[in-house]
Amino acid sequence: MSEISQTRDGQQGLAVPPWLKKLVATLLTVAVTLLGLLFVTFMIGRVMPIDPVLAVIGERATQAQYDAAFKELGLDKSLLEQFLIYVRDVLSGDFGKSIRTGQEVTTDIARVFPATLELATLGTVIGIVLGVPLGVMAAVYRGSWIDQLARFVGLIGYSMPIFWLGLVGLLIFYGILDWVEGPGRLGVFYQGLVPERTGLLLVDSAIAGDWTVFKNAFGHIILPASLLGYYSLAYISRMTRSFMLEQLNSEYVTTARVKGLSERKVIWRHAFRNIRIQLITVIALAYANLLEGSVLTEIIFAWPGLGSYITTSLLANDMNSVLGGTVVIGTIFVALNIFSDLLYRVFDPRAK
Amino acid sequence: MTELPNPQPKPGWREWLLTDAPASRGQARAAAWYAGWLALRGNTLAMFGLLVLLFLILCALFAPLLASQDPFVQDLGARLLPPGSEGYIFGTDSLGRDIYSRLLYGARISLYIVALVALVAPLLGLIIGTIAGYAGGWVDVVLMRFTDIFLAFPRLILALAFVAALGAGIENAVLAISLTAWPPYARIARAETLTIRNSDYIHAIRLQGAGPVRIITRHVWPLCISSLVIRVTLDMAGIILTAAGLGFLGLGAQPPSPEWGAMVSEGRKYILDHWWVATIPGLAIFAISLAFNLLGDGLRDVLDPKESKS
Repeated sequence: MSEISQTRDGQQGLAVPPWLKKLVATLLTVAVTLLGLLFVTFMIGRVMPIDPVLAVIGERATQAQYDAAFKELGLDKSLLEQFLIYVRDVLSGDFGKSIRTGQEVTTDIARVFPATLELATLGTVIGIVLGVPLGVMAAVYRGSWIDQLARFVGLIGYSMPIFWLGLVGLLIFYGILDWVEGPGRLGVFYQGLVPERTGLLLVDSAIAGDWTVFKNAFGHIILPASLLGYYSLAYISRMTRSFMLEQLNSEYVTTARVKGLSERKVIWRHAFRNIRIQLITVIALAYANLLEGSVLTEIIFAWPGLGSYITTSLLANDMNSVLGGTVVIGTIFVALNIFSDLLYRVFDPRAK
Repeated sequence: MTELPNPQPKPGWREWLLTDAPASRGQARAAAWYAGWLALRGNTLAMFGLLVLLFLILCALFAPLLASQDPFVQDLGARLLPPGSEGYIFGTDSLGRDIYSRLLYGARISLYIVALVALVAPLLGLIIGTIAGYAGGWVDVVLMRFTDIFLAFPRLILALAFVAALGAGIENAVLAISLTAWPPYARIARAETLTIRNSDYIHAIRLQGAGPVRIITRHVWPLCISSLVIRVTLDMAGIILTAAGLGFLGLGAQPPSPEWGAMVSEGRKYILDHWWVATIPGLAIFAISLAFNLLGDGLRDVLDPKESKS
C-alpha cells in the first residue's frame, strides 16, 4: 500500500515515469495473485477430509497427545490467523514436513525440481526448433501441403491424451525398435558417476566430461522430451502461423516485395522480425504449460520430477507435499505470465 | 436441426427457410439456423467429427444391446487374449474382461462427465461474469481478480489438488474440472455484458421497472449464450483429456468402472507384451476428443466469422 501512496505523492511533485507506475501496478497484481494462490491452496488443505493431527501423530496417540499436537499445529487459532501463519511460513520457504519422505517439503522439491526443469526445457527447445519454422512455412505457403501438415500436427496434438502417446512411444521406440532407453532418468550402472552440480544430468555429465553418462542420460530423456516437445510444437506452430499471416497481409510487406527484395528477406528480415515479441510470449506460455503437462509424462516414464512427486504424495495423502508442489508450479506459472507481459511492454513500442 | 416446424408447406421447406424476406421472427430464426447448418455441412471435417460423436452417443445409449459380454465379469481363464480372439473383438484385459464391452460402457462415463462439466462450468462462469460486468465498480474488480487467480493456476494441478481434498470419484472429478474450467467463461460473459449493459434496450427495460436480477437473467444471459457455446465446444476435448488424465492417475472413476483413462492405466503394466490393453482405450479417448475438436473448429467458423479468417 505504501507503494501506491508513493506514486500518488510523486505525481503531484516529481514526475514519475509511466513505466514505473506500470511496474508498481504489475507488482501489486502479482502480489494479489500470489496471495490468492496461497489462499486457494490453504482452503484446499483445510477442507480436505484427512485429519492433519492424526496424520502427524498416528492413530494410537492418547487424547492428551492429540490435544498437544492440535495446539502445536496452530489449529486452535482462528482461520485468519492460521492463514497468516501459513503465508509467513511459505514466504520464508517453509512448506512443512512431508509425511511420506519425512523431510522438509522444500528439501524434497529442491531435489526433484531439476529433473522436471531439464525435461520441460528440452521439450520447449524441441517445440521451438520445429514449431517456429513450421508455422512460418505454413503461413507463407498458405493452403499448400505444408499448411495442411501444420494443421494436422496441431489437431493431433490437441486431441491425443499425452499419457497414452507416452505409452505407445515406449512400446514402439523402446519395446520394438530399441532406439531409446527405458523409463527413468539414468541406467542403474550410470547412477552417481558424475558429481551433482546443477541437478540437470545432461549439463552435469557434460561439465564432468563423462560422455558415456551423457549418452545414457540423453537416451532416457529424448523420448519424453520429444513427446512434450510435440505438444508445444502444436501450440507454437499454430500461433506462429496466425501471427505471420497477419504480418504478410500488411502493406509494408507488399512495399518490401515491390521494392524487389528477395522473398527470403521479406519473410525473415521484415515479417518475422515483427512477430518476435509475440512469439516469446507464446513460448513462455508453452513453457509454463509443459511444466504442468509433465505431470502425466513423468508418471509414464517414471521420471523423478515434481509431477511424480505431487502425484505420489497425493496418493499417499501427504497434503503438505501436494500443496507445496502446487504453490511452486503455480508461482512459476504466474512468474512466466508476468515475464511475458513485461517483455511485451518493454519491447513493443506500441504498448508504450 | 433440419427438422424444423414448417407452417407453409406449399413453397417447400427449403424455399421457406432460404427466403430473403422472413415473415415472422420464428422463420428468421429458423432460416439463420438453416444457413448455419448448410455452412457446417460444407465443412467435411466438421461433419466427420459430428458423425463420430453421433456414433459414440449411439454406442453409449445402446451399450447393453451392443456389448458382447458383461463389462464387469472376470474370467481369469481368458485373460490378456489378443484382439480378434473368438468372442472378444478387442481382446481381454488382465482380469479377462472383454475390452470391447468395457469401451461401450466407458463411453457412457466419458459423455456423462463432459455433459456435466459443460453444464456446470459455463453456468458458473456466466453467473460470475455477468454479475461482474453488470454491477461494475468494486464488485467487478473483486470478481475479476478472483477469476485471474484461478486463471493463473495450472489447470491439471489445481484439479489434482481439488480431487485430493474432495476424494476420488466421478462426481468429484466433475466438480474439480468445473472449478478449474470456469474462468475463461466468466471473462467472455463479462466482456459481452459490458457491451450490452449500456445499450438502449437495457435502459428501456430498466425504465419499465425491471430489477437487476431480471435484466441479467432474461436480457443479458440470452445474448451471452452463443459465444459461450462456441467456447464450450472448443473446450470439450480438453475436458475429455483432463478427465481421462485424472482417471489415469487413479483419481477419477474408481475401479472396476470401465473409465477409459483408468483402463489405459490398468494396461500400462502390460504395454510391452500385451499392447492392446492400454492402446485400444487410448484410441477411444483420441477419437472422441478429435471429434470434438473437429466439430468445435467447424462451429466456430460458422458462428464466429471474425475468428475463422486465420
